Amino acid sequence: MHLDHTHSHDGPPAVSADAHRPDGRRRALRIGLGGPVGSGKTATVAALCRALRDELSLAVVTNDIYTREDAEFLLREAVLPPERITAVETGACPHTAIRDDISANLEAVEDLEDAVGPLDLILVESGGDNLTATFSKGLVDAQIFVIDVAGGDDIPRKGGPGVTTADLLVVNKTDLAPYVGSDLGRMAADAKAQRAELPVVLQSLRAEDGVGEVAAWVRGRFAAWTA
Amino acid sequence: MSRTALLVLADGRFPAGGHAHSGGAEAAVKAGRITGAGSLEEFCRGRLHTAGLVAASLAAAAALGLDPVELDRAADARTPSPALRNASRRLGRQLMRAARAAWPSGELDALAGEFPKGAHQPVVLGLTARAAGLGPEDAAHCCAYESVSGPAGATVRLLSLDPFDATRVLARLAPEADLVVRQAVDAAHRAAEEGIDALPAASAPLLEIDAQAHAAWAVRLFAS
Repeated sequence: MHLDHTHSHDGPPAVSADAHRPDGRRRALRIGLGGPVGSGKTATVAALCRALRDELSLAVVTNDIYTREDAEFLLREAVLPPERITAVETGACPHTAIRDDISANLEAVEDLEDAVGPLDLILVESGGDNLTATFSKGLVDAQIFVIDVAGGDDIPRKGGPGVTTADLLVVNKTDLAPYVGSDLGRMAADAKAQRAELPVVLQSLRAEDGVGEVAAWVRGRFAAWTA
Repeated sequence: MSRTALLVLADGRFPAGGHAHSGGAEAAVKAGRITGAGSLEEFCRGRLHTAGLVAASLAAAAALGLDPVELDRAADARTPSPALRNASRRLGRQLMRAARAAWPSGELDALAGEFPKGAHQPVVLGLTARAAGLGPEDAAHCCAYESVSGPAGATVRLLSLDPFDATRVLARLAPEADLVVRQAVDAAHRAAEEGIDALPAASAPLLEIDAQAHAAWAVRLFAS
């Protein structure tokens, strides 16, 4: 809490968004993953952990809606040691906890840094929500929105804050496209139209190194954060 | 004193973590003690005169300038359930973050330093009121109202209760909440004269017991 910092002309940043820890070290990069229920957020988090855990000091915060299922899935899959995974309870409102009142999530990331830090990267996974759920800039430095081909290939066209403004849009489960009649070309073109220059990744986690492109994007963000 | 500062602090959207807590309503709904607007009102009335009165008194005393560390101990002594102590400290920590952003103050910094993992929420609320230029009565109003608005809001989600019915319950309880605020402020002044033991220690045993059981549930919507 550096209330005495010199701040930019548009007022002090949220105390929470301060890029440095109270001891002066740069805090971990925080990346949020949001998107509808069942689109593959937790599977993407698990794959990212496996891809990055040998090169970065990692931790995960899950925001389950009414259980600890997501946290328990990550524990069961042993993608990280248990002390690096924390679950936040959201009172039936996952978008509130990542956008309107981020206090519980901020405490979770700070406690992780205290307990197992210094950390390079914290992944904050939202509970499955609707297409308008986005992360506050006070909580994360960048956000990934995960949709899937089976949720309907018209989702990119419909847009909404998640699809339109996320720093990275992931269209997941491309392997299912032929079975559910989703047109990947159309999804990619609609996403491009909605997002202009913002990147889109089409992925299937069943493929060899399926999370590779997203992991590369995360590495790029981390390089920029520590530059 | 700024009336508007009071509205900022009392606003349900004030980002201090309350949205994830039901004030015992989730356990009471599951146990069949809250089934609709009538039983919600009875539940809220009970909570107002017990947990609400105690919280409002602690907040009023903190706003009056009594030693917050001593008040925190008094809150512990008045909260038998470890789950509720834990919830209160977590909410205190979350409120502290919002309070320091909204009304930076040396007193808040000192309390945050003393309790890095959170002081009891009503104590933090009382100091927040001071930092915002508000008085003991304002702090007590916030606590008394929160003690019923939390369960009412949660019950709308838990039972799909008609939100107009839930709001009517709150409106009907308002005069009683004012009464509790007066008791709380009187108690805080008494505590300033006679010592902190003069603060009320009303308790609702079922709230405490249910909170312990609720904390062990595998599947729940609310943190408490």
